[in-house]
Amino acid sequence: MNTMTENTTVGYMTDDGRQIGGTMMEMKNITLRFGGVVAIENISFDIHEGEIRAIIGPNGAGKSSMLNVISGFYNPQEGEVWFHGEKRPPMRPYQVAELGIARTFQNIALFKGMSTLDNIMTGRMTKMNAGMLSQAIWWGKAAREEAEHRQKVEEIIDFLEIQAIRKTPVGRLPYGMQKRVELGRALASEPKLLLLDEPMAGMNVEEKEDMSRFILDVNDEFGTTIALIEHDMGVVMDISDRVVVMDYGKKIGDGTPSEVLANQEVIDAYLGVSHD
Amino acid sequence: MSAGFYYGVEVFLNGLMAGVMYSLVALGFVLIFKASGIFNYAQGVMALFAAMTLVGIQNGQVPFAHLINAVFGLHVTHFGWHVPALLAILLSVGVMIVFAFIVERYVLKHLVNQEPIILFMATIGLAYFMEGFGDLMWGSEIKTLNVGIPQGGNTWVEESTAFLGGDDFYGFYLDSLDIVASIVAIVLVASLVLFSQYTKTGRALRAVADDHQAALSVGISLRTIWVIVWSIAGFVALVAGIMWGSKSGVQFSLSLIALKALPVLMLGGFTSIPGAIVGGLIIGVGEKMFEFLIGAPFLGGATENWFAYVLALLFLVFRPQGLFGEKIIERV
Amino acid sequence: MLYREAGDYKTTYAKDNQTFPIKFDRVAYYVLLLVAFCVVPFFINDYWANAVLVPFLIYVIATLGLNILIGYCGQLSLGTGGFMAVGAFASYKLMTAFPEVSIIIHILIAGGITALVGMLFGLPSLRIKGFYLAVATLAAQFFLVWLFNRVPWFYNYSASGQISAPERTVLGVNVTGPNVDAWAQYMVCLVFVVVCAWLARNLTRGNLGRSWMAIRDMDIAAEIIGVNPLKAKLTAFAVSSFFIGIAGALLFTVYLGAAEVGEAFGISKSFLVLFMVIIGGLGSIFGSFAGAAFMVLVPVFLKNFLVGGMGWPTDVAAHFQFVIVGGLIVAFLILEPHGLAALWRVTKEKLRLWPFPH
Repeated sequence: MNTMTENTTVGYMTDDGRQIGGTMMEMKNITLRFGGVVAIENISFDIHEGEIRAIIGPNGAGKSSMLNVISGFYNPQEGEVWFHGEKRPPMRPYQVAELGIARTFQNIALFKGMSTLDNIMTGRMTKMNAGMLSQAIWWGKAAREEAEHRQKVEEIIDFLEIQAIRKTPVGRLPYGMQKRVELGRALASEPKLLLLDEPMAGMNVEEKEDMSRFILDVNDEFGTTIALIEHDMGVVMDISDRVVVMDYGKKIGDGTPSEVLANQEVIDAYLGVSHD
Repeated sequence: MSAGFYYGVEVFLNGLMAGVMYSLVALGFVLIFKASGIFNYAQGVMALFAAMTLVGIQNGQVPFAHLINAVFGLHVTHFGWHVPALLAILLSVGVMIVFAFIVERYVLKHLVNQEPIILFMATIGLAYFMEGFGDLMWGSEIKTLNVGIPQGGNTWVEESTAFLGGDDFYGFYLDSLDIVASIVAIVLVASLVLFSQYTKTGRALRAVADDHQAALSVGISLRTIWVIVWSIAGFVALVAGIMWGSKSGVQFSLSLIALKALPVLMLGGFTSIPGAIVGGLIIGVGEKMFEFLIGAPFLGGATENWFAYVLALLFLVFRPQGLFGEKIIERV
Repeated sequence: MLYREAGDYKTTYAKDNQTFPIKFDRVAYYVLLLVAFCVVPFFINDYWANAVLVPFLIYVIATLGLNILIGYCGQLSLGTGGFMAVGAFASYKLMTAFPEVSIIIHILIAGGITALVGMLFGLPSLRIKGFYLAVATLAAQFFLVWLFNRVPWFYNYSASGQISAPERTVLGVNVTGPNVDAWAQYMVCLVFVVVCAWLARNLTRGNLGRSWMAIRDMDIAAEIIGVNPLKAKLTAFAVSSFFIGIAGALLFTVYLGAAEVGEAFGISKSFLVLFMVIIGGLGSIFGSFAGAAFMVLVPVFLKNFLVGGMGWPTDVAAHFQFVIVGGLIVAFLILEPHGLAALWRVTKEKLRLWPFPH
């Protein structure tokens, strides 16, 4: 029996008065190895419903690997992933997508052969289910679905202010725009949990402000829970509710941004003090 | 032990020999793939072209004779001289080096950043081009290739093994050509391995195979390396062409050997020189043994047409990078 | 002056998504269909049918199929010849076993059988990618040709190993056999082409098409956003093989009349269709038409010019053809890797502005 019994951690109130819900996802004692290399060593943390959780740490700490474990791309050798109070069995990434978990990637993973519109439409994959026959003759369900979901995608395009580039093949877009389109694709699946892997990487101050605004809007308007990997401490302090700190595959901090950034171990990790 | 058992061993030995022949062709693929990431479908046609050029030079053929005759209404065929085998081989190597230069300048240079599938299809186009070009240059009729390699059943082997297996067995029938080919292949592989490990150019080659950008940044000229690699591949193609051509004549079907090398590469991995040998041996033995034990008696024969592929396919399903290939770890 | 979009606003998403958004294109398309159906059948003769139009139409269908697999889904396959053979032999067995049933039904069922075979040989694509997959499909190619050669049941135990298409009619008109009319051959193939192109267009514009392209562009990301790779790849193989099987059946019944598996469906056929896909343009319906036209017309043109016009012997002309085709393929890949479809698209973009420079 895998139902939620002991983990009814209730929600909490943030410093600025937002009410955060109960536990949505819990990583329990996750260990991930690649041959002899230990990428993640016995890490446990949770993500509450409606919060913005930052995962920070120096390069090579295992943050992206952790995100890959959450999206089902890697299966940890030890440990469990609990989602909405139920233990999640090992599953393929596309099944994880159907559960309502979407993500963006560190090095943009857009479909270069398609336009912005088509890329975001692929995000609706889990919501569209017209059969092959209906699609082949383009009658009935398939044609209707196409128009309905196009409507939804256009709403996201409006939200992200990328109307002008909707028909452009994404390979031709500048880096900042591509990142926005990728966010759009993740939003298109109306996820419960959104994983963002370094969404601000390579951006200038203005672009970072835009992206931060989008992230906060997504959390505020759609109620989406967000977990993000980020290096910019200013962004982390500003927008996240709680932070997990990783270093060399281990967890070295867990709490609110101010708690974590005052932690000596965290400071040492970033400044590069040698470990024994 | 009955004669039947020894016939089986003979099939096994012949399989090893066939495997060596496949490896000769596979080697050319591995070289080019290692250095440029290109899967050179044209390798088989290069072997055919090299062999045709050798025969053409040896027999003093006029290049493009048929074309000249068609356009100018003449009837030329031969110059009338004969070139000794060794000199002809050297001249053919020269031709293959020129070919490498031309391919690098007019094809490779322009396709530097394209996806692998485009590069592969370019080599298919190149193969078709070379085939037509070779036929126009030397004519498409079947030719005999003779550079003095001994052929036919090796009597020494036959006589010395006749004592096995009783009265019904007359000794292992191994073709002298195959024996020579095996020795040549071993020497070739050994020299290639030594070359790549211990010489400056060999090291440059391995650098290019690993990372083009990094190699450029330490001052290695990609273009020079590519010309060198394609020349070596051309030389290997010539050797393969000589061996196969001596055996079965120089004709179109020689280029189809390239297709046989593909399962060898799948087994051995695309980037491993020893893998090409081991893969070749496994395919050679596997093919012949399957035909001997199951194909001929139960399936109506000619299973050699497809068995190698099915074997390689099954292998790949369980080990997608081949025996010696590098394991691909996908990261997001 | 001709190609103008001013004032042509799209007010629904359906209109925005249509195949020919520009009015001029739409009109041109209908005119083309009109000519194809109502004009050509009256003027077609045996030479044009057999040398150009019928093979063109048949190869369009095969190219559409292979383009779906390689161009849209990114799975490289060299087994086209073998799958065409499946279509041909399936239609042969069905025609000889059920002579009263219409040949159209037989061809469709043959396509279905080829789809199943295609899915079977497509299973390795779940583990193997890129060149390795291409080599695996060669296993299909060689095995299938061997199978249809060695197992006499497939050619009804005939002594020659050949299969011959029995005479069949559609709506009372002969479409196979020695007494067939050129226009009947043409019409049958034309109808199949229009239906197949329509199906291909619909499948590639919807969700399934997007899942194929996602797998092609970045299969890991595709899976993470919810594409089931098994379903995407196997449907690509199935649909592709369905088309290729139909092309093979038509090639055998309507065009060749009789076939020997090694000659008609060998590996050179696989390369021929592959060239049509590349030259036409990967991932393009129009490209499939353009590539097929190109590869059918070039040999005809060269033969007429070199042998007929310049008096060259046929073997020299054949060698020259290899040189030209090979050279053109390399040239295309260097200059325009996206094929004739890309050239056409650029031309149309220029036409939208013509006669103004920008």
